[in-house]
Amino acid sequence: MNIETIKNLLNAEVLCCGEHLDTTVHSACGSDMMSDVLAFVKDQAVLLTGLVNSQVIRTAVMMDMRCVVFVRAKRPTLEMIEFAEENGIVLLSSDMRMYEACGTLYTNGLGVSRKA
Amino acid sequence: MSEFLNFHFDVDGDNFVSAGQASVQMKKNMRQLGLSPEIIRKVSIAMYEGEINMVIHAHGGAADVNVYEDRIEIILDDKGPGIKDIDLAMQEGYSTANDHVRALGFGAGMGLPNMKRYTDDTQIETVVGEGTKITMIVYLG
Repeated sequence: MNIETIKNLLNAEVLCCGEHLDTTVHSACGSDMMSDVLAFVKDQAVLLTGLVNSQVIRTAVMMDMRCVVFVRAKRPTLEMIEFAEENGIVLLSSDMRMYEACGTLYTNGLGVSRKA
Repeated sequence: MSEFLNFHFDVDGDNFVSAGQASVQMKKNMRQLGLSPEIIRKVSIAMYEGEINMVIHAHGGAADVNVYEDRIEIILDDKGPGIKDIDLAMQEGYSTANDHVRALGFGAGMGLPNMKRYTDDTQIETVVGEGTKITMIVYLG
């Protein structure tokens, strides 16, 4: 799935790095606890979160993520947007709640393991 | 004594917003050195957790990263309150962080366990009331 599809499925607004919407991603995680993201996430390219502070972007940078989706209509600060831009991370904002956003992406195949 | 490259960072303890800046800079430095993405990620995450810990618990401190031919050594040194019970602090989920820190997305009790998880060796020297020195090693190759 590419990031543009995520944007459309979540009816999200692109806040920065729209030039990377064609990036293909294979999995995602949803959490408001950055320590848990750092502990349990492996190769997930998309972070869905309702947390808004600069550590969200830093965590995404540390984990080599490509896209952060702010759920519940949360808006990052200008500083966060600039930091994400510097690192080529697409920021999206969606009105959906975390449960609905994760469910929508999963139902449409993101992060669903397929057995051969 | 083998030669190594030293990167020194002062970690500002009063500003949660800037916490992690040293780790972001070190990640850039490691990319420039041409280290593998896996090594870069391990060192970055361990250092980031350490940096966050220093800001949350110890009013900042100093971080030194030494890059040797066969390993990377991360040394985090603070003059904070020290760790009363290391075994307890190493347990996943145990945290002394307050609600304010949790609201910021940290304080889940994963800091020290994560630092251990992503490095090959973790040594903690701590004296209550004086400070803590954490030395982590990630082997290359």
